[in-house]
This record gives sequence, C-alpha cells and structure tokens, in this order.
Amino acid sequence: MNRNIELKNHQREIYYFRLRLVLSLVIVAVMLLLLLARFFYLQVVRHDYFHTLSDGNRIYVLPIVPNRGLILDRNGLVMARNYSGYTLEIEPAKVKGMDALIAELSKLIEITPQDIKRFKRLLNERQATGTIPIRSRLSNEEVARIAAQRFRFQGIEIKARLFREYPYNDVTSHLIGYVGRINQKDIEQLERQGIASNYMGSDYIGKTGVEQRYEKELHGTAGFERVEVDAGGRAVRVLSRTAPLSGSNLVLTLDAKLQEVAEQAFGDYRGALVAIDPTNGEVLAFISKPGYDPSLFIDGIDTETWDTLNNSPDTPLNNRALRGQYPPGSTIKPFMALAGLHYGTRSPERTISDPGYFTLPGSRHQYRDWKSGGHGSVDMFKSIVVSCDTYYYGLATEMGIDNMHGYLSGFGFGKKTGLDMDGETSGLLPSSEWKSKRHNQIWYPGDTVSAGIGQGYNLVTPLQLAFATATLTNDGIAFQPHLVKELQNSPGDTVPTEPTQLFDLQIPAEHLKLVKGAMEAVTRPGGTAVGANYGVKYRVAGKTGTAQVIAMKQGEKYDEKKVSEYNRDHAWFIAFAPADKPRIAMAVLVENGGHGGSTAAPIARKVLDYYLLGQTPTPLQAVDERAGLESD
Amino acid sequence: MNARQLRQRFMLHLDPILLAGLGAFMLVSLALLYSASDGSWMRILAQLSNIAVGMLALWVVANMPLHWLMRIAVPMYVTGMVLLVGVALFGEISHGARRWINLGVATIQPSELMKIAVPLMMAWYFEKNEATLRLRNFVVAVILLLLPVGLILRQPDLGTSILIAASGFYVLFLAGLSWRIMLAATLAALASAPFLWSMLHEYQRHRILMLFDPEQDALGKGYHSIQSMIAIGSGGVLGKGFMNGTQTHLDFLPERTTDFIFAVWSEEFGLLGNLLLLGLYAFVIGRGFIITANASTYFTRLMAGSITLTFFTYAFVNMGMVSGILPVVGVPLPLISYGGTSLLTLMLGFGMLMSINSHKQLVKT
Repeated sequence: MNRNIELKNHQREIYYFRLRLVLSLVIVAVMLLLLLARFFYLQVVRHDYFHTLSDGNRIYVLPIVPNRGLILDRNGLVMARNYSGYTLEIEPAKVKGMDALIAELSKLIEITPQDIKRFKRLLNERQATGTIPIRSRLSNEEVARIAAQRFRFQGIEIKARLFREYPYNDVTSHLIGYVGRINQKDIEQLERQGIASNYMGSDYIGKTGVEQRYEKELHGTAGFERVEVDAGGRAVRVLSRTAPLSGSNLVLTLDAKLQEVAEQAFGDYRGALVAIDPTNGEVLAFISKPGYDPSLFIDGIDTETWDTLNNSPDTPLNNRALRGQYPPGSTIKPFMALAGLHYGTRSPERTISDPGYFTLPGSRHQYRDWKSGGHGSVDMFKSIVVSCDTYYYGLATEMGIDNMHGYLSGFGFGKKTGLDMDGETSGLLPSSEWKSKRHNQIWYPGDTVSAGIGQGYNLVTPLQLAFATATLTNDGIAFQPHLVKELQNSPGDTVPTEPTQLFDLQIPAEHLKLVKGAMEAVTRPGGTAVGANYGVKYRVAGKTGTAQVIAMKQGEKYDEKKVSEYNRDHAWFIAFAPADKPRIAMAVLVENGGHGGSTAAPIARKVLDYYLLGQTPTPLQAVDERAGLESD
Repeated sequence: MNARQLRQRFMLHLDPILLAGLGAFMLVSLALLYSASDGSWMRILAQLSNIAVGMLALWVVANMPLHWLMRIAVPMYVTGMVLLVGVALFGEISHGARRWINLGVATIQPSELMKIAVPLMMAWYFEKNEATLRLRNFVVAVILLLLPVGLILRQPDLGTSILIAASGFYVLFLAGLSWRIMLAATLAALASAPFLWSMLHEYQRHRILMLFDPEQDALGKGYHSIQSMIAIGSGGVLGKGFMNGTQTHLDFLPERTTDFIFAVWSEEFGLLGNLLLLGLYAFVIGRGFIITANASTYFTRLMAGSITLTFFTYAFVNMGMVSGILPVVGVPLPLISYGGTSLLTLMLGFGMLMSINSHKQLVKT
C-alpha cells in the first residue's frame, strides 16, 4: 500500500511535471511568435522607413563642380579663363595648434604674411567644416616637397583646383570684374534664389562686373556623384554619376585690342571711356582708369592691400564708366541745339552777338563765356563748332528748364541705360519739379543758365553720355547698349544677343544734318578739337567739354596751374566716326584733364585710328602732346 | 569491427534528430560569419575549430552514463564558485568588467562554466531530496542559485547573470515550485525593483533606458540598437541577398560577428530568413522538449528541461535585443555567433540532452 501511494505519487509528479512542461512550451511558442511579430513590424510595416535610413547611412551625394564658362572678346580673344593648379589647404577641424602648423609648413614652402592674413580672415568667416586654402598656385616642386612630408601633418591637403585668370588684368578689371570665394552673404542670397544646392561644391562666385551679372550662365550646373560610404565616411564605390554641365562661354561685344589701345591712350590720366557701335548698341570698349589687379580678390584680399586700394586718391575700385557722375559740360550742346530746333526756340539761321558774357534780364550778374571777349556773331552751327557758351545760356533761358528736361531725357540723360552690368548710377537731369522735391526750393532762372552749358545740377555717367552720343549718331534711333554678343552654351548651341531698339526720337533730317555737320566741323580748323584730329584719314565728328570740379567766384579766372591736380577741370570728348556712315560712337572722360580738346580728344583719336584703320599707335604716344587750341 | 559496427559504436548515444538541427545551425553560422567578416576564411577556420571542439565535447558528454553527470555536479559547482570568488578578488579587468581569471596555464571566464554547473547542481540537489521535498529545499536551491548570480552580476555581467538566473529558475519551476511562492516572489521583485535599479551599473541602466528611446543617443549608447534595427528593417521580406547587406558590409553594424550577427542574417535574408531561423530554433527546442518529457528520472527531467528552456532564453534574449524589444545585454546568438566558449557550453548542454535520451533508452531495453 505504501508502495502503491508512492507509485501514485510518482505518476502524479510526472503528470504535474508534464503539465508545467506543456505550459513552458506554450510560453516558448508565444514568445517566438512575439519575435516573429516584431520582425514583421520591422521588415514589412516599417520597411520603407528603415530602407530610407539604410540608404541615408550608406549613400552620400557629392557635388561635382562644373567648369566656369570662359569670357571671350568679339574676336575670340580670351578675357577670363580657368587653369588648373594645386593649393595647399588646411582643415581647421583637424588641427590643434594652427600657428605651429603654419610655422612648420612655411619651412617647406613659402607662405607670405599676406597668405597668412588672408587665411586667418577666411578662417574667421567660415563656420562650416571643410578646407581653407593657405597657399595657391603651388609649383610642382612645392607639391612634391609637401607630399614627401605629408605624414608629419594632420589636417592638411593638397587640392587640384581650377583657378580663374584674367589675362588682361587691370585693363578689363572694371568690365570683367572678378570671382571671389563664396561668403556667408552669397550663401544667403543663393538660398533666397533657391539655387544653393547648385553651389554645394563651388568655391567661387562672380562678385562684380560681367562675372557677377552673368553668374548664372557662367557657373553652369553642378553634377552629382552618389557615393556609397562606410561608417567611417570613406567612399567605397560610385553608385551613379550625373555629369556637371559646364557654364556657357560668354562672347562679349568688346574688342579686347581696342580696349587695350584705349587703356594705354590714357597714359597716367584717370578717366573713363565707353565706345558703342551706334547701329546695334554693342559696347566696343569700356574703360575705367585706373583699374586694379582682379586676381587680388579671387582668394580674398588681405586687409592692407584692400586699404591701399580703397583709400587711394585715384580710387581704382571706382567704376567710373558705370558709376562716375560728372557734369557733362559743353558735350551737352549738340543735344541742346537739337532741343532748340525741336521746340523752335531758335532757328538755325538766327545769330546772336556774343560779347563774352550773358546776363539775365534785370540782373547784372555776368555768366561768362569761356572765351573772354566772346565769339562775335554766332549762329547755331558756329555755336557748336566754337562751343559758344553765351549762345546756350540764352537758348536754355528761352527754352526753359522743363522743356530742356523733357527733350534731353529722350536721349536717356538722368536715367540708367540698362547696360548688363550691376551698379549703374542714373546721373541727374534736373527739372523744376526735381528741385522742389529734392531740395524743396524753387527753380531760379540762374539755374537754367548754367544747366544750358551742362554745368549746375547736371550729372552724367560716361556710359550715359556714350549712349546719348550713339543715339544722336544713329539719327535718334537708340539701341540697348549691351556687353554680351552671344552665349555659347555648348559647341553648336549659341544664343546671339539680338540688338534691341529702344526708341526712335524721330529727329528731322535737317536738324541732324546741321548738328552732325557742326560736330564734324569741331574737328576741323576753327573747331575746338582740331589739334587732335590733324591729318585724320576719315571723317570724324565730335564735341569737346569741360566739367568744373570747383566753382569759380564771380570775376575770378580759372588758372590750371594754380589749382591742385585733383581740383582741375575734367575734360570730355564725345565723338563718332566715320561721320558719313558711323561705326563707332564714344564718350571720353579725362579726370582733371583740363580741356577736352587737348586731353580727351587725342585719346578718342587713337581709339578711332585703331578701330577704323587698324593703326596701333606705335609707340603709343603720351596724351600730353598739347596740340589743341586753348579751348573749352 | 566493420564500418556499420564502427558507426554504431560512435553514433550510439548521439541523437540524429538533434544532431541534424545542430548541423543546420553550424552551416548557417559559417555562412553568416563569412558574410559578416567580409569573406574572411580565417574567421571560418577559427569557427570550424570551435565547432570541432564543441562536437568533441558533445560526443564525450553524450557518451557519459547518467550517474557520471550526477557525480560531477558538486565538484563542478564548487570549483566554479571558487573561481568566481577568485575572479572577484584577483580577476583581470577588460572593457571595464572583471570577468576573467588567469590560472597560469590559461585565462578563463568561470561564469561560462556556471551556466552548466548551476542547473546541474540544483537538479542534483533536488534529486537527492526527491523523497522528502519541502519548502526548505527550495530555499536552499535558491541560495545555490543566487550565490553565483550575485557574483557574476558584480563583475559586472548582466547578460550571463540573467541567463544563469533563468536556467536556475527553470529548474525550480520544473521541480514543482508552488504557484503561490512564485506569485509572492514576483510581487517582491516588483517591489524591490527601485532598489535593484539603484544597484545596477550606470552602463546597464543606460542600456535599459536606451531600449525605450534609442534615438536619444543615436551616436552613443543608442547606436548599436538603431543600426541593428535599420539592418533588420531594411532587409524587408526577401532580404538584400547574401553578402549584400549594406549595414553589414559598410561597417555600420557593430559587433556583427558576435552579439549582432542576427541583424546580418535579417538584413541579407529578410523576413523569410527569420522565419526559417525561428523554425530551426523551434525544431531544436521542440526536440529538447520531447527528450525532457521522456526523461526517466527526476534529475534528468529537471536537467533536460532547464537546458532546453535556457537554450530558448539565449535565442530569445539575443533576437529580442537585436530587434530592439529587449535591452542590449551582451548575449550571443546561440549556435551562430562567433566564439568558442559560448559554443562549448551549448554543446555540453546538448551532449547532456543526448546522454539523457540515449541512456534512458538503454535502461529500457
């Protein structure tokens, strides 16, 4: 019995054991199903999410920088190009002792204090990661020297990069402008435009001139490489590649040789010259003297050089052709004559007697002619040829300032020309309305008198005056001045700029004949610009002008020798040629050059000789041969 | 002895069903290691030698008569305890934990030994007291369990201590620990949870916290978890294909030949592969259950049940932590992760299962 119980107990024990075993089995099964559910959740329900994460882990998109387009002149001469070179760059995040590193590196290769200053400035500007160049344009030997010692340094890299180069240097600096390193401001602007991604790998962006205005076309479209990377960020293989699209080449309307001739013709003078093809608005030469070395700006200019440039009394950074505003002086007279004819204020035949001064009715104030004693009997033709001030004092007074404003604004005075370059200023063509708005003053009759000879409130830019001259040259039919002749997107895919006619002033032919004839006479014996045009082999028309820098008191006579250089008058000359079938129109400004006939006209002569005859002035004569008459 | 006799002589105590399951695991392990190590044959050779050692151990143990197993229980447990105390006093520190002891001849990890020794000791103890089993015996058994678990927890080695605690608990459970006591113990454990929490090391707490929010520290403590979940999830239904796992082959997956090898499998073979692997585990565990159910003595029932359930626990904890439902506690995937020690312990266990199975049959016939 005892044994029986024991047996029974044994069986019960096994029963309970198996019960618990089955229970365990159920729990195990449930747990395995739980795992399976978890796998289902991860691998089916959330597969897309994890798939994206996995790709994000392994795939980097690396930008491929497109080659920047070239800038060529109208004859295919290269004005901006790229060359590949090596730079030594430092990745600040990986460097502990920056100064020690630079000191060590400068034992290997030459690193100038300028290089270091520039580097430090870039270092402060840049908050993102990446490398910052400390030396560019390394020679092969320098590259080899660094490469051999590479192991000693942390965080340095030698990079092959494309550099921008401007073969014409300061001759075209104000026209072409330059590229510079992309800074925070540029990034913000790119982000606003929504094209920041296109610049992910780019280091440079156009900062001024054509480089800036045509940034979009020149830059091109970045390519991308999808690269598989490992957990350490090293590229393992390229998954796909979208080739970059090189920027378009710009063919300018400019004639680079003409530009050079013009630039050299200035000699040591400061000034500006804009030459335009009057029949289509193409800008043939665009000078602002002095220029500067654009390469200084490409990798960031150091503070000292910047200060020198910025504080120079010659203001080399000022684009005079585009932004300089000067009184037009007597160059306004042909336009005034046309205005007089237009309003019928003066007939061509009407003569005035010039005693050498002008007085307003009821006033004793004398507005003097540049020639003491006067020009005697003067009609409209002669008024232009001899540049008679008295004639225009009267004409302006009779016409009234608002008529004058109305007619001259038709030539584009007081307005931007819309040249394809950023930063243009609009000059100033005064009116009574303007004066009351701007100065809260009424317009005085005396204001009109000085406005009549292009002084007083009048301000023009050399570009504006060149545009107005071109319009006059082309019989009142104006074409949009422009710098780009065509865009070469790719070989065989070029987009030419069609000349855009802006307006037609519908000037009667006889008015044009008179004024243009008088302008031609300016360059002949008896004219104010005869000296510069002695023996000219084509028919040239022009008009001299003088812009006062300081005003003379009543009764005081301007004496060039007594005035400091920077206070001397500016000299103007506007010209077009050949007079019968004009191909070129221009405005020349010589700052503190004195008389238009003696300094500005000879420059124009050299430009015309080259453009029309292919004559290079060899050797380029200095402008100082004072051949002109003492004239306005 | 002809070939047939020879085979009989050597295969006598080996369970062909279990052996087939183990063999399948070995193949999976070798293939996965090949992929996880980026095609390193050195890794394969090393694991092959681990497998050879494990198989030898399995064969030896499978051929042991049951009373031998009974006889080694106490010496094995005592030796293990001595070594654990030795580790606590003179152990070598590696990776911030004191787990190894240098015996002059070799450096060993006594906690591995205890994975077998603890359930063996407890099963032996219950067998000895079978006739007069009282609550007092359960208390003694719990003490036998908690001593090594406490020492291992202090090393610190959360993963191993959990596994040993589990294997001991299975012995207690199968030995017939009353439901009331288990309920009371559970309540007590919950009540003392805050205290236990304060006992945990900072890194262990981090691992548990990370379970709830791995994103919180994606590049630090949560990195393992996040990267392995990405590997599993991106594998999808069919997987990325053998040797094509990007998480694996681009170094995003940490410890991919050891603790996280399951993520490699999941990434390359997808949900279908996981189903297959779970099936394989279910197969081996199921065979373990059958052997347990048919075991002839109290000792062998407890031992077989504990081995089977511990094997399951291993697999569950590893897959659970790799798939992000359990904290990262450092438990290898049984029979698949690279490493000799873990494999050896498992093979010893399976050897015992086979011994239990075959010697019972011998008794019957």
